[in-house]
Amino acid sequence: MDNLVGWWIRLMVFLVVALPLFITASLLSKSWLILGHISLPELLFSSVWRPLAGEFGFWPFIISSLWVTFIGLSLTAPVCLLSAIFLTYYGSRRLLGFMQPIIDILAGIPSVIYGVWGILVIVPAVGKYLAPMLGYESPGFSIMAGGIVLSVMLIPFVLNILIEIFRTVQHDLLDASLSLGASKWQTIKHVVLRKSFAGMISAFGLGLSRAFGETIAVLMVVGNVVGVPENLFQPGYPLPALIANNYGEMLSIPMFDSALMFAALLLMVVVVVFNMISRRTIIYLESRQ
Amino acid sequence: MWWRKLEEKIVYFMMLISVASLVALLLAVLLSIFIKGVPYISWEMISQTPRGGYYFGREGGVLNAIVGSLYLSTGAVLLSLAFSLPLSLAMNIHLRTRRKTVNRIRFVLDILWGIPSIVYGAFGFTLMIYLGIQASLLAGIITVGIFIMPIMVRGMDEVMKNVPVHLIESAFSVGSTRMEVAFRVMLRQTIPGIVTAILLAFGRGIGDVASVLFTTGYTDNLPTSITQQTATLPLAVFFQLGSPIPEVQNRAYASALILTVIILIISISVRMISKKYHKII
Repeated sequence: MDNLVGWWIRLMVFLVVALPLFITASLLSKSWLILGHISLPELLFSSVWRPLAGEFGFWPFIISSLWVTFIGLSLTAPVCLLSAIFLTYYGSRRLLGFMQPIIDILAGIPSVIYGVWGILVIVPAVGKYLAPMLGYESPGFSIMAGGIVLSVMLIPFVLNILIEIFRTVQHDLLDASLSLGASKWQTIKHVVLRKSFAGMISAFGLGLSRAFGETIAVLMVVGNVVGVPENLFQPGYPLPALIANNYGEMLSIPMFDSALMFAALLLMVVVVVFNMISRRTIIYLESRQ
Repeated sequence: MWWRKLEEKIVYFMMLISVASLVALLLAVLLSIFIKGVPYISWEMISQTPRGGYYFGREGGVLNAIVGSLYLSTGAVLLSLAFSLPLSLAMNIHLRTRRKTVNRIRFVLDILWGIPSIVYGAFGFTLMIYLGIQASLLAGIITVGIFIMPIMVRGMDEVMKNVPVHLIESAFSVGSTRMEVAFRVMLRQTIPGIVTAILLAFGRGIGDVASVLFTTGYTDNLPTSITQQTATLPLAVFFQLGSPIPEVQNRAYASALILTVIILIISISVRMISKKYHKII
């Protein structure tokens, strides 16, 4: 019996370790067709998207993805950083006990619900108030709306990692700084933030890869218009939305099918690379503790 | 000196606002879903499948999507459990002495956890073509099962990691086999944590659209076998919201409310289980 279980375990371990390779291989084999016809730089940097004419330039989608991710991350970062410092160093145990379920519920809300909320609240807010206030015209469904919805979704994810990272800062370092007469904020500014700088960047790296792959919530509010957006209040069309929106038609045209699988591959490569760098940094920091 | 004190005060104030904004955001999301959804929720919505003309605003409900989502997530959780439980037990018992291997597995799991669900959807779709199966409940279960597996293993691993070493070692020292240690000691010690991990994975599975978009199809009927297409709740929200007809859009809000309530029930159960668990230890 123990022997049989041993084999089962080996099989499981093999399957899990090989899964990322399986996924990459299957997506790669599917995108082989388009990679054979159009060179990689042209695929990535051409902005002509005419699937029926056989022209596939991913630049409009890549730039939309980058902008949405950038806005999402830069709105999330300060809120998460300030909250994480407060919850780790200033707040009482009871406050953390009160906030933890709130963070967990925020993390558990499905992305389609954030999408509905975005349509109800964020899209009109951007179209009617934010854009005119800054002197732009906007249909509401825009890169900005996508970025704002995304930033809310990222909060619980990034915040949890940041809290964990701040906890790994050694206590004797804090005590040393405090006993030298530094105030709490001085200690945090000069010791904690400096000590955990790499960890903070990794937390944002993980947030970035989460943001890059977020599909439905962004798709629902971003407008989905192909083209390089002129400003952030224009509609955009990020990569995940491209894949999700075209799943029905793609089978009929092999090249289109292949292009969408290439988009999925691209997404996967970006996300995995950022993930690996960030995770490695965090593991390194924790082992040094 | 005064500016240092002022700086500290300003930062403190900003931190307070940040923390308060978390609460405000959660309330804002939940309130807008409840306010929009409650007026349109009815017994008909949750007890009936779409009738003829439903998508033009006639009678019917989203029972097909509710049942479909429950079937899909339950199936995916069971499938994933068959992989996750042995793997996490193995990582903490059989491979206990090989830290490097275990850490490598954890690393791969973290990477898998980070892969976006739309990529799992695309992968599931290619898998479907290789295996020669149509868009169906089965294809959805396989895709979602793979997608929630890393979440489940990491959840279980996290509680198993914290079982005291001496407990495991004393069990071994009285002559238990690894199987006995796994099922009589480890499982018994960590059941609440395992249930929590399962519930979290269930919640993740029931709320995801991108992974089922390619794989489950959509139908107005209740699925009677796993080879049939099935509707899911998040997809029902998404499709109905895309309709130009106000009545159908209102039903999207009601469906969103149903989904939110399911997720809240899961969140609260997880809370209650982990609270009880803390009391035991």
